[in-house]
Amino acid sequence: MSLAHRIIPCLDTDGARVVKGVNFVGLRDAGDPVALAARYNAEGADELVVLDIAASRDRRPTFLETIRRVAAELAIPLTSGGGIRSLDDARSVIRAGADKVTVNTAAVERPELISDLSREFGAQAVVLAIDAKRAGDHWDVMVRGGRDSANRDALVWAQQGVELGAGEILLTSVDRDGTQLGFDTPLTAAISRAVTVPVIASGGAKLPEHFAEIFAEGAADAALAASIFHDSVQSIRELKLYLSARNIEVRLPC
Amino acid sequence: MKVTLIDYGAGNVASVERALQRLGAASQRCNSPAGIAIAEALLLPGVGHYAALMRALDERALRTPLLDAIHRGVPFLGICLGLQALYESSEEAPELTGLHLLPGSVRSLPATVKLPHMGWNQLKLTRPSRLLEGVSADAYFYFAHSFAATAANGEAVALCSHGTDFAAVIEKENIFGVQFHPEKSGDAGAQLLRNFLRLAT
Repeated sequence: MSLAHRIIPCLDTDGARVVKGVNFVGLRDAGDPVALAARYNAEGADELVVLDIAASRDRRPTFLETIRRVAAELAIPLTSGGGIRSLDDARSVIRAGADKVTVNTAAVERPELISDLSREFGAQAVVLAIDAKRAGDHWDVMVRGGRDSANRDALVWAQQGVELGAGEILLTSVDRDGTQLGFDTPLTAAISRAVTVPVIASGGAKLPEHFAEIFAEGAADAALAASIFHDSVQSIRELKLYLSARNIEVRLPC
Repeated sequence: MKVTLIDYGAGNVASVERALQRLGAASQRCNSPAGIAIAEALLLPGVGHYAALMRALDERALRTPLLDAIHRGVPFLGICLGLQALYESSEEAPELTGLHLLPGSVRSLPATVKLPHMGWNQLKLTRPSRLLEGVSADAYFYFAHSFAATAANGEAVALCSHGTDFAAVIEKENIFGVQFHPEKSGDAGAQLLRNFLRLAT
């Protein structure tokens, strides 16, 4: 008996519709985040992350409505991110039904955002999203959707984020994201061993073996993926059975 | 029967509301002493900082009507911080006084493990439980906390372990508490809430 490793599907939305890597099977409305959320909830997902990747001001009310409708479908935790730059931004998605918020570029620019959020909502509600890219002997923090370097060591930033009050790290490998070559095991292991909070590995997943490796060798507490679940390349149920058969603790679907 | 949700501003009130709705149960939010005084069943959801909960209860003058209702036998369910509030005090805000309905205090989980204790974990049943009736012994529940009733788990009917054993489910007459979030714990959580509704009727 111990804490289960979490499998977390992620929906990248433009506010209203799922926008990346989508080739849905068996859904009446393919790009509808609400239909996908209901499916993942039923299939045994441990949490759901919904991101507003456009994060434009005029689309914000639409995104909040999406969060409200997604939350109504879920009996599992919901994390929301994209465009969280202030306490008010966080408050509005939490009021709409999110349990946690992720912060990324805004926290790099203004680290006290992390402590403000942590004081207001508790560390368990604050997820620091770090996009990291290999730069010689270390990893650089990347901002603005992985495009620009923040000239900051990802490992040091992760530790600072935790000190400021982040309760979890969502770690995306910019090198692996979209490649389907597997998670970045050295990056994840280095960050996970350097911080005292849970780490969610993201970027590069395709095969069940990738998940087994990131839990066993990457010391990840949770693993996140998007398109492989949306496209039914990988079913969450079968993935969990695979991991369980390899003695990796997961919450098996009924 | 209508469940009164004590709304002190915590983030998870709406989640609990939705979970009850899915079970077909009627609920109403309440943050006034008068509302608590006439409640038929009370639910205290809580997430975040212990101090925010205890201060809110006192600022809104809810402590006395809450204690009166519980002493009168009104069924009470505390979720997460709502369970922690039942003890004498918490290491998270040692200057504040808890509801003192259970002996002992709430402490930090050990730094030997990752904190917060975040995610799905299983329970160890120590006594027959009314809340866990019909829930499979190996069911998982969703936890998100760094503090817990570790030493003071005399009233616990189920323990969980993360670095150390702590009270996961407590039951004492009409007082119920769970350290995890049943509103976020899938079918197992729904069954637990259903059991509370049945016990409260």
